[in-house]
Amino acid sequence: MRLKIPANFRIIRVPCTGKVDVIHILRAFEKGADGVYVVGCMEGDCHYNEGNFRARKRVEQAAKILDKVGVGGERVKMFNLSSGEGPLFAQYSIEMNNKIMELGPSPIRLAKQDKKNAA
Amino acid sequence: MIIAEKKPIEEIIDEVKDFHRILILGCNECVTVCEAGGKKEVEVLASALRMYFINQGDEKVIDERTLERQCDHEYLEEIRSNIDDYDAIVSLACGVGVQFAAEKYLTMPLIPGVNTVCLGANEDRGLWTERCQACGSCVLARTGGICPVSRCAKRVLNGPCGGSTNGKCEISKDVDCAWQLIVDRLKALGKMDDYEKVAPIKDWSTDRAGGPRTVTREDVKI
Repeated sequence: MRLKIPANFRIIRVPCTGKVDVIHILRAFEKGADGVYVVGCMEGDCHYNEGNFRARKRVEQAAKILDKVGVGGERVKMFNLSSGEGPLFAQYSIEMNNKIMELGPSPIRLAKQDKKNAA
Repeated sequence: MIIAEKKPIEEIIDEVKDFHRILILGCNECVTVCEAGGKKEVEVLASALRMYFINQGDEKVIDERTLERQCDHEYLEEIRSNIDDYDAIVSLACGVGVQFAAEKYLTMPLIPGVNTVCLGANEDRGLWTERCQACGSCVLARTGGICPVSRCAKRVLNGPCGGSTNGKCEISKDVDCAWQLIVDRLKALGKMDDYEKVAPIKDWSTDRAGGPRTVTREDVKI
């Protein structure tokens, strides 16, 4: 299955989305990421029962914080699919990529660039 | 344990906006357990503040540190050597920790990062409920282990009052009537005879009515 996916994102593998914490998402934005999406197993299918539910809550928490600090909560999103759904993963990646392209670069990245240019 | 709640980030931003070098100081005790002011919350708050101020074009130095406790001299002393690196400290400890740090570092502005709520238990994931008001003279022995001071809205010591309906308090249908719980428990214990005994007038001087309280233990003083 050779599926085309956008090449402008980095995949960070975790044992379970339950491992993803709010701080991991925030750090990605602090380092200049334009968007973050968390892809977990189908709800109800978590090997650890609640891992993907925890992840969803944390994504929601991160979105709230990002809204408050002016980055925008719409830049972070949670998706669910099963490990056998490669085409769906590709589809979600394209969907997320299009959305971020529409939103443009993260204000943090722009502010950091401005600072670099000024220096 | 002491239950606290995170302050809204806007409120903290407003308090720290005029400082340039800020230390976010967490506490490893109660506020860690109630997920309001531990190492994780310090990291999240610091990251959020850094992003906010970078976005505003006003980059600040925002450092993170979490102490074992902020209500003991020895742990608070750990930051003395680099206290001069900062213009302000945002403490995520309970009100005790914030005040103790303020007393120790006289010229350092201390900003609370949490609202201290009550003494409570972790009843369920994401639910903390009050269990004690630290009234200073415990009556739990004769109320079946359920506290009428903290759990009855009126602090009635010979209850229930007329506002108890179907086991709920008149202030809200979501609040259990403490005296209903007490009666249920005394029945289960087979100690309903205790219920018939009229409680004497409580000595409220050990509560806040007697002013700020202290405990002095000569036997442990060195």
